[in-house]
Amino acid sequence: MELICPAGTPAAFHEAVDAGADAVYCGFRDETNARNFPGLNFSREELREAIAYAKRKGTQTFVALNTFMRAGAEEIWYKGAADAVALGADALILADFGLMAHVAEKYPQQRLHVSVQASASNPDAINFLVDAFNAQRVVLPRTLTIADIARIGKNIRCEMEVFVFGGLCVMAEGRCSLSSYATGKSPNMNGVCSPASHVRYRKDGGELVSELGEFTINRFPAGEAAGYPTLCKGRFDIADSNGYAFEDPVSLDVMGELEALKAAGVKALKIEGRQRGKAYVAEVVSTMKAALNSAPDRRAPLLARLRTMSEGQKTTSGAYEKRWR
Amino acid sequence: MTDMKKTSLTLGPVYYLWNAEKWRDFHFRIADEAPVDRVVIGETVCSKRQHFIEPHLAEVVERLESAGKTVILSTLALVTLNRESKQIREMAEVSEHLMEANDLSALAILKDKPHTIGPLVNVYNAPTARLLAGRGAKRICLPPELPFSSVKEIAAEFPDIDFEVFAFGRMPLAISARCAHARSKGKIKDNCQFVCGEDPDGLPVRTLDRQSFLALNGVQTVSHACQSLLGELDHLVKAGVRSFRLSPQDCDMVEVAKLHRAVLDETVDADAGVAKLRQLYAAAPLANGFHHAKEGAVWMARTRSLQAAWPA
Repeated sequence: MELICPAGTPAAFHEAVDAGADAVYCGFRDETNARNFPGLNFSREELREAIAYAKRKGTQTFVALNTFMRAGAEEIWYKGAADAVALGADALILADFGLMAHVAEKYPQQRLHVSVQASASNPDAINFLVDAFNAQRVVLPRTLTIADIARIGKNIRCEMEVFVFGGLCVMAEGRCSLSSYATGKSPNMNGVCSPASHVRYRKDGGELVSELGEFTINRFPAGEAAGYPTLCKGRFDIADSNGYAFEDPVSLDVMGELEALKAAGVKALKIEGRQRGKAYVAEVVSTMKAALNSAPDRRAPLLARLRTMSEGQKTTSGAYEKRWR
Repeated sequence: MTDMKKTSLTLGPVYYLWNAEKWRDFHFRIADEAPVDRVVIGETVCSKRQHFIEPHLAEVVERLESAGKTVILSTLALVTLNRESKQIREMAEVSEHLMEANDLSALAILKDKPHTIGPLVNVYNAPTARLLAGRGAKRICLPPELPFSSVKEIAAEFPDIDFEVFAFGRMPLAISARCAHARSKGKIKDNCQFVCGEDPDGLPVRTLDRQSFLALNGVQTVSHACQSLLGELDHLVKAGVRSFRLSPQDCDMVEVAKLHRAVLDETVDADAGVAKLRQLYAAAPLANGFHHAKEGAVWMARTRSLQAAWPA
């Protein structure tokens, strides 16, 4: 299985290539990609340099243009696609049908991958994208069990890529407006979720309160480590209980299921984390590469090392395990 | 006749799990009394609930159609299981009714068959609308998150497609494979005992500072605030929007529909309409922030120079 690694900066890109990534995915420094955070992403010149470096090392580069085109401003996305193709991207990762149609028509030779943001969660949906836009790979939503993935794999006409490590969306990706309800900025339209520009921390008595826009997302008693107020990982008051209503502040780790994913027909494993620093990327990529190259019974120490690198060191296998639902 | 009067009203599918008799009687009354042109029916949120309304489906369709309403059959918002795909496929094969796509799989199945697009499909721009129209979409309800600037762009480009906007109802904000509603009551999705049926207007999610924020509806998360575009109908009609969707809440939807029709017919002015709407649905504050490219939770007053107000 291929290992697909994140890069939010040219430095992280180099680290990922050196650590043994089969492909690195990244995006332009604008609203065309779903990790449109300050200080991240690539200028055209940086991408040119990165792709050249990757090609010398035999690594592929995937360019994510995976937000939804703003009506009337489609040229920004079209220009992004044109430049990524011209710079030699090995694949474009797309979510918007309008953009998929444009790319399929203008650049029929270009490899097109379906972003997780497109929410293609079943064979009918995936085959529709294969037939309509010649999609060659689909990044599956993090809403499926491994049994679902195996069944889908038997019924589709393209490759499957799945997230195995890093941040976890609780909601179906590309179908969530929670962030814009509180902040006016959404993953689909602006490439951000729970943006830092709208985050505030304040002291209230002995507690630290984290807020997103006007809404309290969490309160941390003295002594409890405060986390970032990602909306769906907050503590809320429902009926008579207070707690993590949607999901605890955990991250995804299904590296323990490598054999099952392989048997399900998964072609590529994806690491989330374009917002992470180069040291994290280097460490995670090299450890995962080593795990992939080891016999199943030799993986345990590597997977244990990986777990220490997870957000808050608490992990879940998410929807891949049916009981999570 | 003015353009306002030429508009139509669509009653969206009931997103919540109502008991079967309540669901039937609600639609009977809509058929008899509500000035809506079409009604979308069928389970949209969770396939586990589908059997509840089945015994009453035929009589509801018949009552609505005898009253002159067009009936549209809804499809699931998140399709992952084989039996869910199969159900949509079978419905497409046998049904003589228009169907509404809420997920990519339905788009695939309904290709070249006339259909409508629900507000849960990501139509953010004109090229996407063009693609869907080319595949047989006759009416497109744009996503609630879409700002007016985008609605205007899209509608201007295709005068031949009926565009609809989500004008009333708690906004469908997210859907998950996981059921937060069942989990909040100590269950999981596979053993949920349909506890979502206890909350016919959603289960309130408050912040730890007791701010009303969201509501759970099974695997779906909706806003606490209720979207209302009553004050923006005139702008939307001028921009080329022809239809407005009213999404059922647990309130007098007949009166809500009459009020929207009256504002569209210009027999009630928008400000008076908004004031009346607040009485008809007092369970939640009104919001129209998405329309104004602001936070979806805010209300932008029509009269003053668009001052944002947060729900209390």
